[in-house]
Amino acid sequence: MRHGKYRFIIGFLAAPLAMYAVFVISPFIQAFQISMTDWSGLTPDMNFIGLENYDKLVHNDLFWQALWHNVIILLVVPVVTLGLGLFFAFMLNVGGRRRKGAAAVTGVRGAGLYKVVYFFPQVLSITIVAVLWQQIYNPDPSDGLLNSLLGAIGLGSLQQSWLGDPNLALICIMAVMVWCSVGFYVVLFSAGMSSIPSDIYEAALLDGATRGATFFRITLPLLWDTVQTGWVYMGIICMDAFAYVQIMSVQNGGPDDATQVVPLLLWKTAFRESSQYGLAAAMGIAMLIVTMVFAVLTLRFSRRERVEF
Amino acid sequence: MTTDTVRVEKAAAGQRQATRTKRRWRASEGGVLNVFSHAFLILWALMVGVPLLWAVWSSFKTDSQILGSPWSLPTNLHFENWARAWTKANIGQYFLNTFVVVGFSTVGTMVLGSMAAYVLARFEFPGNRFVYFLFVGGMAFPVIMVLVPLFFVLRNMQLLNTVPGLVLVYIAYSLPFTVFFMTAFFRTLPTSVAEAALIDGASHSRAFFQVMLPMAKPGLISVGIFNILGQWNQYLLPLVLNQGETKQWVLTQGLADLAVQQGYKGDWSGLFAGLTIAMLPVLVVYAVFQRQVQAGLTAGALK
Repeated sequence: MRHGKYRFIIGFLAAPLAMYAVFVISPFIQAFQISMTDWSGLTPDMNFIGLENYDKLVHNDLFWQALWHNVIILLVVPVVTLGLGLFFAFMLNVGGRRRKGAAAVTGVRGAGLYKVVYFFPQVLSITIVAVLWQQIYNPDPSDGLLNSLLGAIGLGSLQQSWLGDPNLALICIMAVMVWCSVGFYVVLFSAGMSSIPSDIYEAALLDGATRGATFFRITLPLLWDTVQTGWVYMGIICMDAFAYVQIMSVQNGGPDDATQVVPLLLWKTAFRESSQYGLAAAMGIAMLIVTMVFAVLTLRFSRRERVEF
Repeated sequence: MTTDTVRVEKAAAGQRQATRTKRRWRASEGGVLNVFSHAFLILWALMVGVPLLWAVWSSFKTDSQILGSPWSLPTNLHFENWARAWTKANIGQYFLNTFVVVGFSTVGTMVLGSMAAYVLARFEFPGNRFVYFLFVGGMAFPVIMVLVPLFFVLRNMQLLNTVPGLVLVYIAYSLPFTVFFMTAFFRTLPTSVAEAALIDGASHSRAFFQVMLPMAKPGLISVGIFNILGQWNQYLLPLVLNQGETKQWVLTQGLADLAVQQGYKGDWSGLFAGLTIAMLPVLVVYAVFQRQVQAGLTAGALK
């Protein structure tokens, strides 16, 4: 059985590994190299300028503003999304009316249907979601779906030029990110909750625990691993946020850069407004550092004792 | 045996006690919570469902109906919006392009990814762990970071703005998750069947393609759905690596551009028709295979 083993291993690994090396690993290494040059892509020669690009970034207010927006998104969106996801999943699995002969905790009627509907935005591309919400946020009082709804229910005073208002635009975009992601976590947490044995709930209810207490004392600790994974997933989405902002915001990150995020700034620096590839690559490295800090902090602060059940 | 009996007794006891406490609970907390939870659940279902339905029903309206009264239902069905979006706005062409790119790249990802995963899961050789972590490490860093160098790698290989270029990049960036997932999956499969095939004289590659791959079907379906959706919905990579002629664009590029164009042309009904055309096939496929899709997309997080 041993004959030809190494030939087989090499034969099977060669193609995937070669592709991975060319399109993933080599760009990764080149990113560091390009970030230390003044390359503008037009000339074949590039000059090594050391950390000058990073120095430029540190003194660039727009970069800090964009990074700050990424951090705001990173702090707000995962908390709201995971919170809503846990809330709805708990409602779906534990909020049911007691039926004769059923277990102590039951899911609501039609839980499966709710999950199907909630999951819809997750299968659509972010492009579709962003274009759709751009229309919903239409600033005209009678043209936009949201504004005309507010007018119809007598809250006309709340009508806004949603994405055109520098104070509101980022919040509006974050709301769409939450809207898009909640369904995924409802399904994920539901799967986790349904594997928690119901006698644990029964015992707690017998001891006089309220539903709220069962959530914080039983459900959340037993789901902690899944919540942690969800947090990392959301973190990756929030560090990106490119498609949402690029499509929805006015003037790519406007108004007045009120919704600017680093990935969008990078794209504009390299491919739209200028060809400062070195500077753009340095932004990419900065993003990598922020991502790593986020990952380390997540692992450091969310570690808890694992509960076996 | 004995533990089973104990468990059954315990469960029965629990059932009895639950029945006893049930009366106390039913009137008070259970009922209130039930109404409360249904109210919130329905509210969120509407918040998700209405915008999507709105896009569909708006695609049948005229421009003035869409703008003046966004909530009104269409009076008659203006299918010509759909025709206009399909031909004039090139949605049909974009659809075809996306289909070709995603078709090739998903098949490529699955074949190459499971080949690598099988070798890494089943064979011991020096460097096995190193190669595994090389692949899996790719899941940790953001694509945006390599955007600039990737652009030049493709340009130097004459692959910029071509279908093969996009396919190769999609495959390469789908490998980390595919290898991670399939390696774990191949480890759960029994070794004896493939060994029997080898003793019967099959080669290693024949044992892989004719024995192991069919056995790994559930895992392949999960990760396949994950890859199809991820690649179908990709926006950043084609935006940078496929900036060429309009007729080569994929659906996500086309839609984003349509939204920009529509600002000048004022063809709102065409935009909604384009959105609906892009949305419906995915939603229909999801509605039919929702169990598999939900399992496929959440599989990575539950592992």
